[in-house]
Amino acid sequence: MSEALVTLNGLQKVFPKADKPALTEVTAKLWPGRITGLVGPDGAGKTTLIRLMAGLLVPTAGTVTINGLNPINDAGQLKALIGYMPQKFGLYEDLTVQENLNLHADLRNVVGETRTQIFTQLLNFTDLNAFTTRLAGKLSGGMKQKLGLACALLGQPRLLLLDEPGVGVDPISRRELWKMVHELIAQGMTVVWSTAYLEEAELCDEVLLMNEGQLLFYGKPELMTQGIQQRCFQIQQASGNRRQLLERTLRHPAVMDGVIQGHHIRLVLKAQATLPNLKELNAGDEAIYVPVTPRFEDAFIEALGGGPGGFSVLAEQLNSIETAQDPLIEAIDLTKRFGSFTAAKQINFSVKRGEIFGLLGPNGAGKSTTFRMMCGLLSPSSGTSTVLGIDLNKSANLARQKLGYMAQKFSLYGNLTVHQNLKFFSGVYGLTGQTQKDAVNKMIAVFKLEPFLKTTPDTLPLGFKQRLALACAVMHEPPILFLDEPTSGVDPVTRREFWTHINGMVEKGITVLVTTHFMDEAEYCDRIALVYRGQIIAAGTPDQLKNQVTTLEVPNPTMEDAFIALIQAQPHSLHT
Amino acid sequence: MSNALSFRRLNALCYKETLQIIRDPSSNIIAFVLPILLLFIFGYGINLDASAVRIGLVMQDTSPEARRFAFNLYGSPYLQVTTGLNQADMERTMIAGKVRGIVVIPLDFSKKLKHQKNIAPLQIITDGSEPNTANFVQNYVSGVWKDWLVQRAVERGEPSPVDISIEPRYWFNPSAESRNYLIPGSITIIMTVIGTLLTSLVVAREWERGTMEALLASPVTRTELLLSKLLPYYLLGIISLFLCVGVSVLILKVPYQGSIMALWAIGSLFLTSSLGVGLLISTLLRNQFNAAQAALNAAFLPALMLSGFIYEIRSMPAIIQAVTYLIPARYFVTAMQTLFQAGHVWPLLLNSGLFLFLSSVLFIGLTAIKTKLRLE
Repeated sequence: MSEALVTLNGLQKVFPKADKPALTEVTAKLWPGRITGLVGPDGAGKTTLIRLMAGLLVPTAGTVTINGLNPINDAGQLKALIGYMPQKFGLYEDLTVQENLNLHADLRNVVGETRTQIFTQLLNFTDLNAFTTRLAGKLSGGMKQKLGLACALLGQPRLLLLDEPGVGVDPISRRELWKMVHELIAQGMTVVWSTAYLEEAELCDEVLLMNEGQLLFYGKPELMTQGIQQRCFQIQQASGNRRQLLERTLRHPAVMDGVIQGHHIRLVLKAQATLPNLKELNAGDEAIYVPVTPRFEDAFIEALGGGPGGFSVLAEQLNSIETAQDPLIEAIDLTKRFGSFTAAKQINFSVKRGEIFGLLGPNGAGKSTTFRMMCGLLSPSSGTSTVLGIDLNKSANLARQKLGYMAQKFSLYGNLTVHQNLKFFSGVYGLTGQTQKDAVNKMIAVFKLEPFLKTTPDTLPLGFKQRLALACAVMHEPPILFLDEPTSGVDPVTRREFWTHINGMVEKGITVLVTTHFMDEAEYCDRIALVYRGQIIAAGTPDQLKNQVTTLEVPNPTMEDAFIALIQAQPHSLHT
Repeated sequence: MSNALSFRRLNALCYKETLQIIRDPSSNIIAFVLPILLLFIFGYGINLDASAVRIGLVMQDTSPEARRFAFNLYGSPYLQVTTGLNQADMERTMIAGKVRGIVVIPLDFSKKLKHQKNIAPLQIITDGSEPNTANFVQNYVSGVWKDWLVQRAVERGEPSPVDISIEPRYWFNPSAESRNYLIPGSITIIMTVIGTLLTSLVVAREWERGTMEALLASPVTRTELLLSKLLPYYLLGIISLFLCVGVSVLILKVPYQGSIMALWAIGSLFLTSSLGVGLLISTLLRNQFNAAQAALNAAFLPALMLSGFIYEIRSMPAIIQAVTYLIPARYFVTAMQTLFQAGHVWPLLLNSGLFLFLSSVLFIGLTAIKTKLRLE
């Protein structure tokens, strides 16, 4: 039997000036021929762990042993064994594909006959043969990722470290990458794959589940979900408002977690609990329970102590909003060109009052461009965008007063305190005097920000930052909320809590436009538009989109399956 | 396994760096367009000589004596004279900035000339808002006045009223043109910009784009990393240096007295020192914006203000003078001005060379210490 290639023993890393360790007590073994997943939200310690293995960081305590060698003392020898693809792939964007490969081949002393062989092999493997003379910066996200992988594989490493290779890449490329990695482990390579997408954990042979530097679980992913077997159900054929039904379901003491899945509600029971009576949930006469397979995410939420419940204090505090205008948000033939590049092409959609509308697509698809045109931050090359009937190209300021905007990465002022941020944003949205004070105090109470008022957002955990950003966006009680990648990188419990607030606000009449690259998050939306290469390739309710691609082989497609099938159904010109 | 220096790796890294330089329009602009632009600005735009100052002449007296003096004023190559009869009009012209000074030949000019031997019966009004120009006006006019007195005495067969006549002769810069010392100085500024500003960005850029992490995970060594940043930019800087000197000599007609070898030697030393500063900044800050700011403050501004290129070091306060001894640009300015105007003055050149060598060793050494093959 083969031996473990990597042994992690009591590994700990504390960065100077940090008040808590980035990584504590990680002990694990990584085996050849297996994919080990490092799974967890941002700030879990995934990158730190990978860098410790690559010898780029020195552990505070504990040891890393790779093939009997220590990454710090035997750095020279070990680097020949390791292939490392950092986040953002570590490519020189002003060099061509071939020049990037040449550089890495020279750095790793891959010469002569071997070099020719490996180049041919890797270019075939990554399907980049046609693009060798293209600048790396001009490649699509998926192709960059493949080139990054090719560069990491040049030295024929025994250990391959991939830091979040799937982030923001379109789902087709992500699947191809998994296929490629499976071929590599078949040849006996040891692969480490770090990811914030929990569904990717189920594809790994072994998983290190991490949260805030703690190792929560180490083992086969099946073992993780074993504990929640027979506790996962879907409520199907329910009648009435699904958001209200979700809220009632989540408030039931037997329920640990629940989400909306199209027209269904998916729920996970607490251990040893019995299913709540559907009558009790007021789910309608037709409603039935259907058992479903447990997911890794369910187990993670259980490990974090269960979901946040279904009640939004925030929504309760807000006044109901009545707006006569319909549709509230409208995009007509929106097109944006940057030079010769068309970032968004003839985008059309409209959003009704009290609806959650999602723009779903990989990074670089044109979501953010569209989004910025919708809130008047970017003027379209052609077409119009209106909010509440106001043309954003003509009176953007007037329209923006009616909007709450939560930008990517939350865009808070890192050197103002939490309290100052709240005061600043309420002022920006035109609140003054007593109204402003009341609004700020309401947000402090709702989001329990009292203990953090004097700290700066930079030092807050991601979840709190997200809450603060939401608070800043809704203080002036706008009828419309724009959310740009609102839950990127946060843990699933925080994400649940966030959507509970959004659901609650929608029930009060707020209209939401959201962008996301999380396929499953799209399920919360009433309707979604799939954005790919600057165009909307499909739009409809989540169920409609999934039904479009249901086949005998795939009877229950996920949102990701739907997206992939819909991309592949496009005319071929869109693929390359 | 991995040696301290593999020529294959070094070569690959240098080649990569060169491709990046060639493909990055901003590097090319900084290395080739900016120097030429600066040379022409310093060569033609900035001129510290006040040749042909515009003055007004008010002739209240029109006697032959007065007219003869006026002709002498017209004849001066340093003055451009506008004549008028009304002093008040001329004063308005000066307030409007059209002339820098006024010479009044009063009504009693010829009368006073007869009686008072040593007091010039002239009035000179200068524009005090530009003291430098005002001084020029005063000096030029009194020069013309003295010449005229001598000339007049000779014509009349009288003994010369001025005992000593001064005939200035400027060594090393016979025509006393400021361009001849501004150009060598401005080449120093250009070399500082290329050496420090350009390189301060390159390591920081690798950190920002995440490529440094990929490099560090490869078997690359510290020496290779450092050399791969130094060599291509050294080459770029030297090409730019010779380009600058070529343009100065051939187009701007600044005389160059030294040898090519001396220029190459002293230029290399200064460039290495500048590159060292740039790399050190970049290695420490890891962020392009901060690095550019630091480079501006640590290298560009001192080179501009404390090198003696524009501002005379000897007229600075003692403590600032002491500081200038630590600025590499000071030594390069001295060396360049020497090479251009005086040729091989070995004590000066060797002294500058020694300091530049020491500062190169210091900055490259510090960079080497601060270059880590890890992220912390």
